[in-house]
Amino acid sequence: MTDLTRLSAARLAELLAAGEASSVEATRAHLDRIAAVDGDVHAYLHVSDEVALATAADVDARRAAGEELHPLAGVPIAVKDVVVTKGTPSTAGSKILEGWIPPYDATLVEKIRAAGLPILGKTNMDEFAMGSSTEHSAYGNTHNPWDLERIPGGSGGGSAAAVAAFEAPLAIGTDTGGSIRQPGAVTGTVGVKPTYGGVSRYGLIAMASSLDQAGPVTRTVLDSALLHELIGGHDPRDSTSIPEPLPPIVAAAREGALGDLSGLRVGVVTQLQGEGYQAGVLARFHESLELLTKAGAEIVEVSCPSFEYALAAYYLIMPSEASSNLAKFDGMRFGLRVEPEEGPVTAERVMAATRGAGFGDEVKRRVILGTYALSAGYYDAYYGSAQKVRTLIQRDFDAAFAAADVLVSPTAPTTAFRFGEKLDDPLAMYLNDVATIPANLAGVPGISVPNGLATSDDGAALPTGFQILAPAKADDRLYRVGAALESALESSWGAPLLARAPELG
Amino acid sequence: MTTTSATPVALVDYDDAVRRYDPVLGIEVHVELGTRTKMFCSAEQSFGADPNTQTTPVSLGLPGALPVVNGTAVEYAIRIGLALNCQIAESCRFARKNYFYPDVPKNFQTSQYDEPIAFDGWLDVELEDGTVHRVEIERAHMEEDAGKNTHVGGAAGRIHGAEYSLVDYNRAGVPLVEIVTRPITGAGERAPEVARAYVQALRDIFRVLDVSEARMERGNVRADVNVSLRPTADSPLGTRTETKNVNSFRSVERAVRYEISRQAGLLDAGDTVVQETRHFHEDDGSTSPGRVKSDAEDYRYFPEPDLVPVAPSRAWVEEIRATLPELPQARRRRLHDEWGFADAEMRDVVNAGALDLIEATIAAGASPAAARKWWMGELARRAKQSEVELAALAITPAQIGELQSLVDSGRINDKIARQVLDGVLAGEGDPEQVVVARGLEVVSDDGALLAAIDEALAAQPDVVEKVRGGNQGPVGAIIGAVMKATKGQADAKRVRELVLERIAG
Repeated sequence: MTDLTRLSAARLAELLAAGEASSVEATRAHLDRIAAVDGDVHAYLHVSDEVALATAADVDARRAAGEELHPLAGVPIAVKDVVVTKGTPSTAGSKILEGWIPPYDATLVEKIRAAGLPILGKTNMDEFAMGSSTEHSAYGNTHNPWDLERIPGGSGGGSAAAVAAFEAPLAIGTDTGGSIRQPGAVTGTVGVKPTYGGVSRYGLIAMASSLDQAGPVTRTVLDSALLHELIGGHDPRDSTSIPEPLPPIVAAAREGALGDLSGLRVGVVTQLQGEGYQAGVLARFHESLELLTKAGAEIVEVSCPSFEYALAAYYLIMPSEASSNLAKFDGMRFGLRVEPEEGPVTAERVMAATRGAGFGDEVKRRVILGTYALSAGYYDAYYGSAQKVRTLIQRDFDAAFAAADVLVSPTAPTTAFRFGEKLDDPLAMYLNDVATIPANLAGVPGISVPNGLATSDDGAALPTGFQILAPAKADDRLYRVGAALESALESSWGAPLLARAPELG
Repeated sequence: MTTTSATPVALVDYDDAVRRYDPVLGIEVHVELGTRTKMFCSAEQSFGADPNTQTTPVSLGLPGALPVVNGTAVEYAIRIGLALNCQIAESCRFARKNYFYPDVPKNFQTSQYDEPIAFDGWLDVELEDGTVHRVEIERAHMEEDAGKNTHVGGAAGRIHGAEYSLVDYNRAGVPLVEIVTRPITGAGERAPEVARAYVQALRDIFRVLDVSEARMERGNVRADVNVSLRPTADSPLGTRTETKNVNSFRSVERAVRYEISRQAGLLDAGDTVVQETRHFHEDDGSTSPGRVKSDAEDYRYFPEPDLVPVAPSRAWVEEIRATLPELPQARRRRLHDEWGFADAEMRDVVNAGALDLIEATIAAGASPAAARKWWMGELARRAKQSEVELAALAITPAQIGELQSLVDSGRINDKIARQVLDGVLAGEGDPEQVVVARGLEVVSDDGALLAAIDEALAAQPDVVEKVRGGNQGPVGAIIGAVMKATKGQADAKRVRELVLERIAG
């Protein structure tokens, strides 16, 4: 019998629709897989087997009754723990939310439930999505299925590892500076950050409101398009949500898979290659460019000089917004409450004790940075200047997209590193996101597609990612080009990249 | 150190203080808008609901929740801005005012900071004697209210010494408009009156605009009063104090008066006024220093990233302008002209709160003079006797209109009308019903009158002799006897005619 965990979501959906498998079978297969391997991977913080199986049984019954269902109905999914789910713990990887059960669903979760996708559980992440390795989770590391001694990327390491380890065919991630795309790159999975405003943020525990965006984490480009279509679209509860309908992304993925990119101009960003990028990463990148050329695309070089300042601007804007967004975690209304060990128990002192005990070091670092950057007398020099840089980066994108239909770069400068390697060096950690951050600052969409294995500095063969960026609201281009590259790569390899991942368990 | 502000100070006699110092005011008025739902979410807001029943994830500041601007609140803010002769911003943003306090669920207040929706306006304020003082408006901006703390176990509900505190978030997120004046100069000794008249004028405007119930006693309208003194009108502005939450018109006047006396005392003694927040005490009309903070406030304002700018179209603004109701001052001027009252009469009417009542009475058919005579005469006397507002009397303008028409048609006379009034006030029904039920109609049946007259003539033959002798003076004694016999219900003029006829006959 087919191992239902090895199928793409699109293929599994076909089997379910054809009655060749049931959602209960598919859900149970994934729960069994979780039970078998998650002890090693630790992709999940919470597994909601009962709820998932109940949803699956309900979908099966509705299908049997001849009800018309969503194309992904019955296909299980994992959700990053930063997204609130009614009745299920939602900790955002933080001790400060331990035990909190949200009384409401995020808009994207409502859509997932309405479409009948069983939610397998909540995935691990860096605390409040702050990190690039998931080592900042308050609940332990997630391990990269390609090498359990290595990081799965971050902040969405749990979602990427779950999908890479066949513990879920689909997962939800969130991307503030690369938290969907970089884990995708280092685990050999597909990750998409939609255009800012393309997917509702209502119910995402905010890190940086002007940068956060939820998106799909999958094993194929088509699966990402299917999930993106499900969760995307206007939401009146998010005033930054785009009012127009989504572009035709599923059609673009199917069209791209045919492999014809004639007339497409692909811009290589000068500033997103070279120094700081592993040799193997660059080699895979150039091979992928050749495949795109063979598919009919024209490669052009574009310069985005302001990208040089993107990381610096990001590390002012993100912590500034985060310092304010995280103020609500004070022990007064929900989550952890810690009383001071000595002295009077006043509201202010309970807030301080709770935040001191409940937040990890990286969160404290960013809250302190952001509080400083917003302070009177510093605002203009820090937050104000960073916003100006942001405008310059948006202009660089405008100019680049006048010369090219999509922009490309390696997703991450290196393959997955070992645990602890960058934990004590925040700057080295932050550099992981150098290629992904500009898209967040400009609000443009990006995808990471697995494009091979590269030999790391210590001799291991590990996945690399190819990033494609498109103009705002032109997410369909990501899928067209991503699917074309995926299909060219898989024909050259003879199988998906993940077929080469070591067996677990 | 700020201890000087708490030290008792010798108050200077008010008249003496304003002879030697020039007071400058600044007034911030908060009005709670009477929208159905809150500023940024769908929670309903109504007075008197059980604690914490009017909340949503948004107004509780739960993780993941996002604000959406209430369009009706924006419309109300624009109405207020236009009524205050302000410019309306083409685009304006909300900002976050960051501070930790348990009644602020997100630990920041979403408010407008440097981009108010309305700015650069003015309001002409009329004092009781008709003097007009122009108050310049710096801005009117939108923001959300905080929740309400109740401190339990301490003295007088203060936080100091309390055992615990309760927070009701029903008020959290209620839409507010804050109206800020420019420094109000030139009021001199009348500064307290100007302050009171300004707040009262705003209250009247809020009601006419139908943007708020504007009930002071419920805290719908709250004033913060800034006062400073300077030696002369040419001197630079002195140091100001801000007396917070002064919540009645009378208190506004008293607070200004007290601060002028207090600050004059400090300045006379060679001390300096400390810039601080002060509390007003209703019982003795004094003010005392508020919470002294160890460090300076730094609210770390920055633009609210969860909201897009509010950009009211010019067409919408003009539509709102065109549908603004007649404002109180314009209405007073129009009615003054229409009714032809003397200036002093009109002022008395306005100060007695009789404007609406008289207008409605005129609408019910009475002449302006008659309507004024009733409300400012007999009814004012009765209201004063029972210590209630005119409008609280158990009689309607329509009933007064009916009463007057009974007088005008000759069916009752003025004296009887007062008895009818008694009946109406006693709940015996409309004037017509009272007249019938009490049998108060004027006796105009000559037969009934003649019987009474003949009786009176027979009883006073000496008077009849005198009248026959050409001296009409004593005829009043006969008329009086007839009126007495008919219990005042006779038409005195007709009685006189008949008496003279009878004597002559």
